[in-house]
Amino acid sequence: MAIIEIENLAKSYRVYQKREGLTAAVRGLFHREYRQVEAVRGINLRVEQGEFVAFLGPNGAGKTTTLKLLSGVIYPSSGSATVMGYVPWERSNNYRSRFALVMGQKNQLWWDLPSQESFRLHQQIYRIDSTNFQRTLDELTDLLGVAQLLGRPVRELSLGERMKMELIAALLHSPEVLFLDEPTIGLDVVAQHNIQQFLRYYQEQRKITILLTSHYMKDIAALCRRVVVINDGAIKFDGSLAEVVDNFSSTRLVRLRLADGQSAEGIEAYADVESIELPKVTLRCPRTSIAKVLAEVLDRYQIEDVNVEDPPLEEVISKLFHDTRAGTPAMESNSSGAK
Amino acid sequence: MRKASAAISNDETSGIIVRIFCWWTIFRIALEERLAYRGDFALGTLMRFLPVVTQIFLWWAIFDSVNGGAASGKMVGYTFNNMIVYYLLSMLGRAFSSMPGLASSVSKQIRDGEIKKYLIQPIDMIGFLLLARAAHKVAYYTVATVPFALVFFLCRGYFTEGWPDASVMLAFVLSLLMAFVLGFLMDLCIGLIGFWFLEVSSLLFVYMLLNFFLSGHMFPLDLLPSPWNSFVQFMPFKYLAYFPAAVFLGKVPAESLWAEIALEFAWLVALTILARFLYARGLRRYSGYGG
Repeated sequence: MAIIEIENLAKSYRVYQKREGLTAAVRGLFHREYRQVEAVRGINLRVEQGEFVAFLGPNGAGKTTTLKLLSGVIYPSSGSATVMGYVPWERSNNYRSRFALVMGQKNQLWWDLPSQESFRLHQQIYRIDSTNFQRTLDELTDLLGVAQLLGRPVRELSLGERMKMELIAALLHSPEVLFLDEPTIGLDVVAQHNIQQFLRYYQEQRKITILLTSHYMKDIAALCRRVVVINDGAIKFDGSLAEVVDNFSSTRLVRLRLADGQSAEGIEAYADVESIELPKVTLRCPRTSIAKVLAEVLDRYQIEDVNVEDPPLEEVISKLFHDTRAGTPAMESNSSGAK
Repeated sequence: MRKASAAISNDETSGIIVRIFCWWTIFRIALEERLAYRGDFALGTLMRFLPVVTQIFLWWAIFDSVNGGAASGKMVGYTFNNMIVYYLLSMLGRAFSSMPGLASSVSKQIRDGEIKKYLIQPIDMIGFLLLARAAHKVAYYTVATVPFALVFFLCRGYFTEGWPDASVMLAFVLSLLMAFVLGFLMDLCIGLIGFWFLEVSSLLFVYMLLNFFLSGHMFPLDLLPSPWNSFVQFMPFKYLAYFPAAVFLGKVPAESLWAEIALEFAWLVALTILARFLYARGLRRYSGYGG
């Protein structure tokens, strides 16, 4: 049995439809118009123990709603889900002591107290015995390099330090399933990188199951083998990051470095030109014609260096979001569909 | 068989100990948090004693202007001394029952999504809030004991009736403790309405206004003309300030004292059920705002 099983899970909200202007606001006092928002519409997903899965999608796609459903914070409108055999929204204490949710924009720590105190509270709430607690805490603070900050009030920590403390708080009870909602949001590159490295190491050591949402492609590229693309509340793609690139980008970038003194004149005849900053030239051409284009260009110009690469992930993803929204049939790779 | 059941009960005992330790930790941490801003906290606590002086002058003026003056006059069974003592005692009652910021913080936590932490951790939100509140109160009493003692000492001349007997004293202490839980539950229910109306501040204002008049904080409830005086007797508000003071002053007849305590307890049960109901229904509606 898969550790996370989701079947036809749907969640719709009723939101008050507000119109612009004062008259409309007054009318709204007496008569309210509501609109159904389908945040998640019929998701099916199976995640096996030990997978590190990324949820990818534009804002409002339904990623966070799905995580909220799986953490039992909200009830679904229809459909079912189990995590480790528990129905999340029943919120049984057994379930709640075996998973954790970290939200990059929310604080679970006590703002005015040192993190140490929040951790002690977690020790009691999750009934962690003291030897275990001390060992886990030492290990985590060591890995994240925050041991010397334990005694400092949370409000005095930097955003990155706070996020590390949040992670420690969430991992103290050694959860088997971890949900991460934008864990690196707003962090600088160094802090992002630290947290990525930590998550990768931790996941490899413990073999826990992690679901992550993030807007940073770097997070996802560094951490997740499996990517689930959600858009408009439905799963549009499920597979590896490499498959995403294969499926959603038909072009590749050819980066050339011309020999000294060479001019790039006439190069646009062979492929679309992305940029020319002599001696560097970047061309974009369809995957199928790379060999041909390269041969022609090499023949015609004096070239010192050639590099063929996939377009930047951000570009692929934004195209993917755009395409899936426009109503292209959802692609599902075989990694999840098979039952 | 016997061994097994012994093991189970052993397990249960240790489970209870673990739980109590958890409660103690919550309590301790909430207390620490409270003391983080000790300057503001101490000043706020002391400022609450200022109205005592104005109240004494006010009642003196009222008694002076009606029948007989402060020395001998009576008002619906209260002498001037009674009135001052009543005011001091109702202040004590309110020290237990008032819950500054509870309703607004609950509705705020619903609105900005902080409530999620109670949903994902194996912990009961209502129990947690009660413990945190108890810690706040203990912090408050620690700071307030000295000024309270001072005020009561300075006003000792007004306590002309002496100490009530032991059973009345017991009922008084009990009524103070129950006032704490009752005040907590009433504020909590208002806060939980935040699940339906995200902004509860106007509702809270109405509630505070009702509380102000119906709890007996302004004046003893016996002063109210009929039918209001019997109306307030059926409301839970009176237990927040009037009732403990009335018990101490012997205004509650001995034969109905314990029935009244039982009735207060019934209110506690009813409000607990209401709070649980609101919480469960509210969560059904909750859509996890704020990220």
